[in-house]
Amino acid sequence: MSFYELLKKYEPAELQNYLNNSSSQIEKIIPKLTLTELEFLTLLSPKATPFLELMAQNAYLLSLHHFGRNILLYTPLYLADYCVNQCVYCGFNTTNQRKRRQLTLEEVRAEAAAISQTGLKHLLILTGESRKHSSVDYIRDCVKILKEYFTSISIEIYPLETDEYAKLIESGVDGLTIYQEVYHQPTYLELHPAGPKRDYRYRLETPERAAQAGIRTINIGALLGLADWRTEAFYTGLHAQYLLNKFPEIELSLSFPRMRPHSGGYEPTSPVSDQALVQIMLAMRLFLPRAGITISTRESATFRNHLLKLGVTKMSAGSSTVVGGHIDDNSENTGQFEIADQRSVAEIQAAIIKQGYKPIFKDWHPLEDFS
Amino acid sequence: MEDQLIIGGTKLNSRLFLGTGKFASYEQIPAAVAASGAQVVTVALRRVDFETPGENMLEYLPEGTVIMPNTSGARNAAEAVRIARIARESGCGNWIKIEVISDQKYLLPDNQETIEATKILAAEGFIVLPYMCPDLMAAKRMVEAGAAAIMPLGAPIGTNRGLKTEELIKILIAEIELPVIVDAGIGRPSEAATAIELGAAAVLVNTAVATADQPVLMAEAFGEAVRAGRKAFLAGLGGTQTFASASSPLTGFLRSE
Repeated sequence: MSFYELLKKYEPAELQNYLNNSSSQIEKIIPKLTLTELEFLTLLSPKATPFLELMAQNAYLLSLHHFGRNILLYTPLYLADYCVNQCVYCGFNTTNQRKRRQLTLEEVRAEAAAISQTGLKHLLILTGESRKHSSVDYIRDCVKILKEYFTSISIEIYPLETDEYAKLIESGVDGLTIYQEVYHQPTYLELHPAGPKRDYRYRLETPERAAQAGIRTINIGALLGLADWRTEAFYTGLHAQYLLNKFPEIELSLSFPRMRPHSGGYEPTSPVSDQALVQIMLAMRLFLPRAGITISTRESATFRNHLLKLGVTKMSAGSSTVVGGHIDDNSENTGQFEIADQRSVAEIQAAIIKQGYKPIFKDWHPLEDFS
Repeated sequence: MEDQLIIGGTKLNSRLFLGTGKFASYEQIPAAVAASGAQVVTVALRRVDFETPGENMLEYLPEGTVIMPNTSGARNAAEAVRIARIARESGCGNWIKIEVISDQKYLLPDNQETIEATKILAAEGFIVLPYMCPDLMAAKRMVEAGAAAIMPLGAPIGTNRGLKTEELIKILIAEIELPVIVDAGIGRPSEAATAIELGAAAVLVNTAVATADQPVLMAEAFGEAVRAGRKAFLAGLGGTQTFASASSPLTGFLRSE
């Protein structure tokens, strides 16, 4: 069964009904070793909120045992912000009048050198969706340069075909980040009025194409704030489990990005509180004990410090969402969204150590000589 | 009589092997090694940062430590072989713990791929220690493939659930002539002692030490438990009786003749 068909089994109205009326006992679900899909849903329900501390204690131990006192650090690198899509919530929206930029290969090298000065070895490269500006060949040329500076390179770009993923993997890419943004299809279509991204199912099946091409790690998520968070979190967990079952060799991780202010000014229709984000994270950890959890600089320094023990395995550091943000003063340029945690890599490193954790800079060693 | 464990021609003084992942700082590793007396230490090549001073875990290992790189991250035999070669070329020696995980849901090792990798790497002169699901036929094939020891799991990695596979491990100990090293799942020193009492040649522990409130003290406890377990094994455990002596023995008639 495709994931699209699987999703259809869980109609939003039925989920809402279950969320509000389930008679399952939360305290019996929390300590279980394996959770059913409906038990996971129950942990996302309003009924589970009073049990957050109990969930946290269990999530802490599971994370400690499976991942230890380690937090992997990475940073994003924006290659270009040209985009043909019209995502109403995004600063890169094509109708958004702004100065656009694409890094030259020389600038990519300069950015890489600046970032690697901080000690980071894991990089996530991003582009908007523009095959004209950011072609697969351009991205591959960038990756070849970046391999000289980093041991792991992930991509957060527009969805590709399987053979295109294979091409990038061959050049040294080992990870894919792709957010469905919204799993609820009617809302998805509303928020993506035009452009190739409007194809819901093509985006939904993107992780599978990358997995077929042999990608090593996949990070998925929903952009929180665009639709009801309980059902969106449920669909995200289902998607993760589906991928784990179909491609058990993939190292899978999840992100829970909350909408941040951006140029364009779209206001989230379903804001997600700190408490809600914590509930999502804990429910996910109990449902998928060995999946990674990524928290980006969208969240504030204080909040990230508190989240550390609840199951986080990976954090971004020293981030800029501006193209060229590491090499020049871009005061006139705006990023994709505003960064909340503005600390330097060294400051984040110190904060992690202070909490009794070890920041990890290298967690992959390239198997091929890509030079 | 000298009681020494010999693997790949190296005489080892400790039957406790330590893992290095999951610690809160690299400084804890040499302290845990010293407190436990462990001599063999496994490191994931993927984590070794050869370039950054202070971030290279190998710099923290005390002199005399036998480094056993592992192939964490390998999804098949070919990747395990590549990781092993990189480890050797990077100066990590010729020991290799093969870890092939094609299942990220439970992190269970893939015996089939592990046998393949063992065959290739043993032929290349590596001292190969394959991490495996305790299966007798797979273990025999690893022996044939040239393994130096075999490393069955006690329970799924990171679970601290103890010797859940005890019955299968007993069979491996009875049938396999190579050292059997219980790797993964051991959550407390008493379980390590049990494994050694059963006749396991050694145990490998990481999570239970690295995630304890006081890792160094826990490392010391594991060192003592393994030494006690070995003494008990050598002394020969007294049998236990399942039932009280029967008042009407079934074979009493044999004496009346």
